[in-house]
Amino acid sequence: MTVTAPNPAPATDIPKSSGTRLVDRVFKMRELAILVVFLAMIVITQAGNSEFLSEQGIKDLLLNATILVLVATGQSLVVITRNVDLSVGSTLGITAFAAGTYLQGGGNSVVAVLLAVLLGIGCGLLNGLLVSLGQVPALVVTLGTLYIIRGIDSIWVGSRQITAADLPGGFVDFGSGGISAVPWLAMIALAVLVATAYYLKHYGSGRELYALGSNPEAARLAGIPVRKRILAAYTFCGALAGLAGAMYLARFGNVDSSTGNGYELTVVSAVVVGGVVFTGGSGSVYGAALGALLLTSINSVLPALGVSSVWVLAINGILLLLAIAVDRIVAVRVASALKKRNARHG
Amino acid sequence: MRKSSIRRACAALAAATSLALALTACGGTTKKDVASDSGSAASDGKADPNAATKKGLTVGFLPKQVNNPYFTSADKGGEKALKELGSSYKEVGPNSATDTAGQVSYVNTLTQQQVDAMAVSAQDPGALCTALKQAMKNDIKVVTYDSDTKPDCRNAFVSQASAEDLGRTEVQLLAEQIGYKGEIAILSAAQTATNQNTWIDFMKDELKDPKYKDMKLVKVAYGNDDAQQSFQQTQGLLQEYPNLKGIISPTTVGIKAAAQYLSGSKYKGKVQLTGLGTPNDMRKYVNNGTVTAFELWDPAKLGELAARTAVALASGQITGKEGESFKAGSMGDFTIGKDGVISLGKPTVFNKDNIDQFNF
Repeated sequence: MTVTAPNPAPATDIPKSSGTRLVDRVFKMRELAILVVFLAMIVITQAGNSEFLSEQGIKDLLLNATILVLVATGQSLVVITRNVDLSVGSTLGITAFAAGTYLQGGGNSVVAVLLAVLLGIGCGLLNGLLVSLGQVPALVVTLGTLYIIRGIDSIWVGSRQITAADLPGGFVDFGSGGISAVPWLAMIALAVLVATAYYLKHYGSGRELYALGSNPEAARLAGIPVRKRILAAYTFCGALAGLAGAMYLARFGNVDSSTGNGYELTVVSAVVVGGVVFTGGSGSVYGAALGALLLTSINSVLPALGVSSVWVLAINGILLLLAIAVDRIVAVRVASALKKRNARHG
Repeated sequence: MRKSSIRRACAALAAATSLALALTACGGTTKKDVASDSGSAASDGKADPNAATKKGLTVGFLPKQVNNPYFTSADKGGEKALKELGSSYKEVGPNSATDTAGQVSYVNTLTQQQVDAMAVSAQDPGALCTALKQAMKNDIKVVTYDSDTKPDCRNAFVSQASAEDLGRTEVQLLAEQIGYKGEIAILSAAQTATNQNTWIDFMKDELKDPKYKDMKLVKVAYGNDDAQQSFQQTQGLLQEYPNLKGIISPTTVGIKAAAQYLSGSKYKGKVQLTGLGTPNDMRKYVNNGTVTAFELWDPAKLGELAARTAVALASGQITGKEGESFKAGSMGDFTIGKDGVISLGKPTVFNKDNIDQFNF
């Protein structure tokens, strides 16, 4: 066995908890691996182009990742429960436009952000209700809502668009401003990320999301309110997509009916590359955030090195496959390690 | 156990390598060069410049993307002209500017509906050909506008200002802004976009003039007409070439993304940006000093000329041959150039002084 087992657990430890610790350790390693890949990429790029990690460069890297990090955080909650939300791109688009029209009419910036979040919650609730009550596969349901929300968006927005000139100056400046190299938007995203991670790790209802994803039937029998938890996960995901919509508006200053089109696939890629297993039950939001950072940084690294951007898609695909391969190998390893340990303790 | 893990690693490596090879192989199959295949415009019969303008015709507009503000503006111009001429207008089109298959099926839809003429902005110069030829066989007149197909797949192409004018004037604009000195780059849309590539060729040609001897085009980047990608391409350009003095972005999506990035970065005012943009998109950046001047044709006029050309074709006043001329209402007389191209004229330059007079 190549996985070196730590010293035999003290006899007082029940086998299950030492097994959990092993699983925990493996997944920490998993996040570490993404971090290493990310850092290696950054170091190589910096060696090839010394401008890359200038103050502006770091700020750009963080800003580029911010929106994806937020949406991926929400998405990973849903994926952990063995579901998926494909409608996040549409939600982002419609909330960004809603906030934009409100601001265009001379509204307050904070209210605009709240409006976007509320609309996102609405979309999330819709998804959550359909998935949890309807007992239909999430992939199909959210594919449906993807088209419905995008359709409503297209009808409502038509050929109108929000341009930077329509928005209050302070709002747009907030989108690109920050303290030295750390943008405001990135700070908000980090706060959301840390809070979500804390909730998932230390709250009972957070742990229940994992239980639910590992084995829905067992979770139900154990008395976990399955529907309520799934509904909550979708609502949270929608809220973050809404917040991301408001941030998109602040950052790009430009929204039309195709904003966020196809974004769901990028989000799902980030989540999977970040080690949140698509069959539910494992992974962390930190991993998803790192995945998001990795994917968006590739888009910055290649131009900085002068490589044609046509390579981006192919590289993203390879990363995705590698991530899944690693997950599979880890899963097999962990399973056999646990079996061995249980045999020893049993 | 160790041996098996090595074997497994080798297998994974082999899989990854073969995948990479497969991907590179895919990269080799590029589209056939379209420029090499230029026949004369398909045309039959003889033009009768004095034929009466037919009324009650139906002209279908098929833009690259519906709900795109630029194409909406153009198609509105077409609608207005058709109303004036006593004909009717309809618009169909895909929701995505890269959905070429969708555009092909819309061509077929228009053919089945037996419209009298269609005005198409082609997403791809070759992909629409079969469908458009089918339409012409059914006696439907085909006008392309904004973005052309191969010349034998349509009767006439209404060009937004000649490609040559656009390419050269953008270089001239930027040269004035940077004092004819320094490194410059181009931020384009997709690598396959016909109009972009033609303009870029003329830009390169213009740069050969000795008066630009101190200017150097260092790179052409592609933002795929996506805000986020254009952002990151702009960032990459500025990082790769710290001495960059100016950027030309001949795409409305690219220029506003680049402007938004520049206006929120340390490069604001230090790196000049010009290209093709709409006044509404660019107003803020012109007023806050990020952009000095940019240019564009009036899309409504482009749509109007496309509509008038379509009606003139359907009325038999022109057939799409070089040298024929027709009267386009209040727009004046237009003469068809080589390969059935009709040019709208020189683009308008927008700057701080005149930008507030325009609203599109």
